[in-house]
Amino acid sequence: MSAEAHGHDHGHDHEHEHHHKDTFITKYIFSIDHKMIAKQYLITGIIMGIIGIVMSLLFRMQLAWPEESFKIFNVLLGDKFAPDGVMANDIYLALVTIHGTIMVFFVLTAGLSGTFSNLLIPLQIGARDMASGFMNMISYWLFFLSAVVMLCSLFVEAGPASAGWTIYPPLSALPQAIPGSGTGMTLWLVSMAIFIASSLMGSLNYIVTVINLRTKGMSMTRLPLTIWTFFVTAIIGVISFPVLLSAALLLIFDRSFGTSFFLSDIYIAGEVLHYQGGSPVLFEHLFWFLGHPEVYIVILPAMGLVSEIMATNSRKPIFGYRAMIMSVLAIAFLSTIVWGHHMFISGMNPFLGSVFTFTTLLIAIPSAVKAFNWITTLWKGNLQFNPAMLFSIGMVSTFITGGLTGIILGDSTLDINVHDTYFVIAHFHLVMGISALYGMFAGIYHWFPKMYGRMLNKNLGYIHFWVTAVCAYGVFFPMHFIGLAGLPRRYYTNTNFPLFDDLQNVNVLITTFALVGGAFQLVFLYNFFSSIFYGKKAVQNPWKSTTLEWTTPVEHIHGNWPGEIPHVYRWPYDYSNPNHDVDFVPQNVPMKEGEEVLHH
Amino acid sequence: MTSLLVIIVVVLLAVALWQLTKIFDLTQVGSSSDDSQVASDNDNNIQGYIMFGFLAFIYIFTIYGLLKWGNLALHTPASEHGLLVDNLMNITWVLIFIVQVITQGLLYWFSFKNRGHKDRKALFFADSNKLEAIWSIIPSVVLACLILYGLYAWNNIMFVDKDEDVVEIELYAQQFKWTARYAGKDNVLGKANVRLIEGVNTLGVDMSDPNAQDDIVVTELHIPKGKKVHFKMRSQDVLHSAYMPHFRAQMNCVPGMVTEFAFIPTYTTAEYRELPFMVEKVAHINKLRAEKSAELVAKGGTALDPYTFDYLLLCNKICGASHYNMQMKVVVDTPEEYKKWLSEKTTLAQDIEAAKAAEKPAEGAAPTTDTTAKVQDTVKAVIDTVKAVVAKVAMK
Repeated sequence: MSAEAHGHDHGHDHEHEHHHKDTFITKYIFSIDHKMIAKQYLITGIIMGIIGIVMSLLFRMQLAWPEESFKIFNVLLGDKFAPDGVMANDIYLALVTIHGTIMVFFVLTAGLSGTFSNLLIPLQIGARDMASGFMNMISYWLFFLSAVVMLCSLFVEAGPASAGWTIYPPLSALPQAIPGSGTGMTLWLVSMAIFIASSLMGSLNYIVTVINLRTKGMSMTRLPLTIWTFFVTAIIGVISFPVLLSAALLLIFDRSFGTSFFLSDIYIAGEVLHYQGGSPVLFEHLFWFLGHPEVYIVILPAMGLVSEIMATNSRKPIFGYRAMIMSVLAIAFLSTIVWGHHMFISGMNPFLGSVFTFTTLLIAIPSAVKAFNWITTLWKGNLQFNPAMLFSIGMVSTFITGGLTGIILGDSTLDINVHDTYFVIAHFHLVMGISALYGMFAGIYHWFPKMYGRMLNKNLGYIHFWVTAVCAYGVFFPMHFIGLAGLPRRYYTNTNFPLFDDLQNVNVLITTFALVGGAFQLVFLYNFFSSIFYGKKAVQNPWKSTTLEWTTPVEHIHGNWPGEIPHVYRWPYDYSNPNHDVDFVPQNVPMKEGEEVLHH
Repeated sequence: MTSLLVIIVVVLLAVALWQLTKIFDLTQVGSSSDDSQVASDNDNNIQGYIMFGFLAFIYIFTIYGLLKWGNLALHTPASEHGLLVDNLMNITWVLIFIVQVITQGLLYWFSFKNRGHKDRKALFFADSNKLEAIWSIIPSVVLACLILYGLYAWNNIMFVDKDEDVVEIELYAQQFKWTARYAGKDNVLGKANVRLIEGVNTLGVDMSDPNAQDDIVVTELHIPKGKKVHFKMRSQDVLHSAYMPHFRAQMNCVPGMVTEFAFIPTYTTAEYRELPFMVEKVAHINKLRAEKSAELVAKGGTALDPYTFDYLLLCNKICGASHYNMQMKVVVDTPEEYKKWLSEKTTLAQDIEAAKAAEKPAEGAAPTTDTTAKVQDTVKAVIDTVKAVVAKVAMK
């Protein structure tokens, strides 16, 4: 392995290390170049995203038109799970489970963080590559392997894991309880263990790179907010993912070796099982110790991307740069001590419920600071409505709408009655699902020229955004109401409850919006894949941005900069600085004689 | 069918839009400058107006939703603490609504107002301690109030006073059914463990425990109005969650431990049915059901039964393939009715005796109990259970 990554102190001797020739395999497959790895993450994430979204459309169709026959079910799910085109109840749960797993981990963790951390960390801090290019490559290929294992689990005889993405035992531990808890669940656990290994390697790399490889002048308080959020995200990942790994391992022990970590006093299928003394509540604690930070692992990078894109396209500094950093740190800290709000009614001591209510509602404060700072960034700006900017504004909108209902769910008293209803679905899809997805789309539209040297078609981008925006609200806004009506989530159909008959029309509306919104993602896919080859050629700095990645040549080269790595003289948000005539001053432009710093 | 039409229309629209962009691209071929895919002043203007339109969409959609679907939400709580919960909920909703209207308004208004133009210069406004202090402190104060109220309510609801005069009932969950056990005259539930499950004793009650002798096991839950009901919950297989939405009550049932929840019902089933909102809701549901029935009958199916309201206990934690159909009817009686209903039930000890008797047909042909219809029904049910158990054993 050649030392691809250099510190700023010896960056200039880089050229003579490039004597080897890239073959197809070293360039496109086992690449150790962070830009190629970013693209690999992105494409894998997009493919997983397509699978996850198609699954959601399938079960939405079942919910709107319960137990009706659709040819497509039979085609996609086969005779076993959709005889005569009617979706079976066990495959419904499997679809819900795998949809959640894929979207949370494979799309919004690896697809989002993996893509943009890899692409932007070296480029924006001024480094030749990641601290360890080799480990970075391993990280991607482990992720790929885990995705393959997860997809394989879809084809096992008894069906894939079906216990919900939270895989609470005993349901996930006992094949007698649900068929998906057999081989399907084993593969799920194996896939997640590999995924966690991949995620840890990636995160460690990001942390080390940000700490060690910043170019001269790039102090921590001159880092773009993207880097801050990637950095903090990686730290939360390193703290919390191992806990999920331990939970998964203990669950494997319970399932395969007869231990009783999570199981006790079980009578199922006519016999008493030997388990004694374990507790499913313990699993819930371990799971949510990752599970809650996980939602911030998903949303923080989106916040970073949005902050950066908003500043660039408002032609204004991000408002309250330091407050933004502080709020990211505060959110990260609080995120590790709020997991119990998923367990208010799990049977744990109600006193714990009080504590977790307190810490949970505190998160609203840094979140409010962020939301108001974004809004103030738009104030008196000169807004350039590129598609990335639209998605960024959309992200702030859904983050607020979804975040506000968190005040209800985070309050133990109110959670009693809306826990596990569609209200929760509406809340988290808006606040972390759609918001993070918007952040990811914004990132793709903004950095596509950096990744592929070509531009995405903006008109297709506009269509993509507006239809998605209307459909996202159309899907998740009505869901609040059916949740408040008391409709539980993860019900295959609610036709067994005449009480809920009046919700059926709403379900049809939701599904219609979902199908339209899903169909319009094809506009994006077309735009993305055709622009890679036929898009307009990009200029070096199409958005007139200040950060270092736009000082690299359009054509990718190993080591990012042909000559020396640029030095940094200013913060990343000198847009419309009154000391200068142009409306952006890149970070590598030295301060003018006697120029004052206009921010703190 | 209408949805299919909608989808077709939308797809056609998409095709049309796509064609339009193609034409638009063609008109630019001559100019083909490198920044043709960067927003122009014209784009900024159009998108700015759409931003404003989208704000209108959000507001209108919200109002439409509140008017059209607002009455779907659970109404009058049927328990004492439910009032406290709903009160806190309403306060929170008002707050959320205000913040939502203001922030979304600002977000999209600024987007519209500040849409870019080449002659426009953005204001360099990097920070303001004053502003940031304002929007840290205001949420802190508001949240402090919500937290205090929430914790007060939570403590009231969750901590059951041990000396209180309560009705003790065990809720027992298994895939995919609920059972209830009443404590009987002594108001103490007998010990139980799944290892003791045998025949009619499907809850694994320890029959050597003196407290268990008068326990009563039923499949329909009756509770008295105005008395505190203390539920103790168990599960025999996987996690379940006992959710009684109308009482604002929910608690998970966890194998290997006993969880609890207590509340005071405030409306009997009959009273709750008569509440105006409920009369209206049921009428609406029955109208929908009548329409659906007509459709079904036309296809040669059977019509749906008309709906009358009953309180429900639902399972609200994914518990297996038939999770979506795990429910139990809950009836709130007046205390007198409740007493009468309970007194007509046989105890588990009697059920076990009856089952034993049924196994030995020579002795048990004519049970010497009071020959009410109810008892006969119970015996029949017991015999069915025994048959099922025998069948299971035979299968092995």
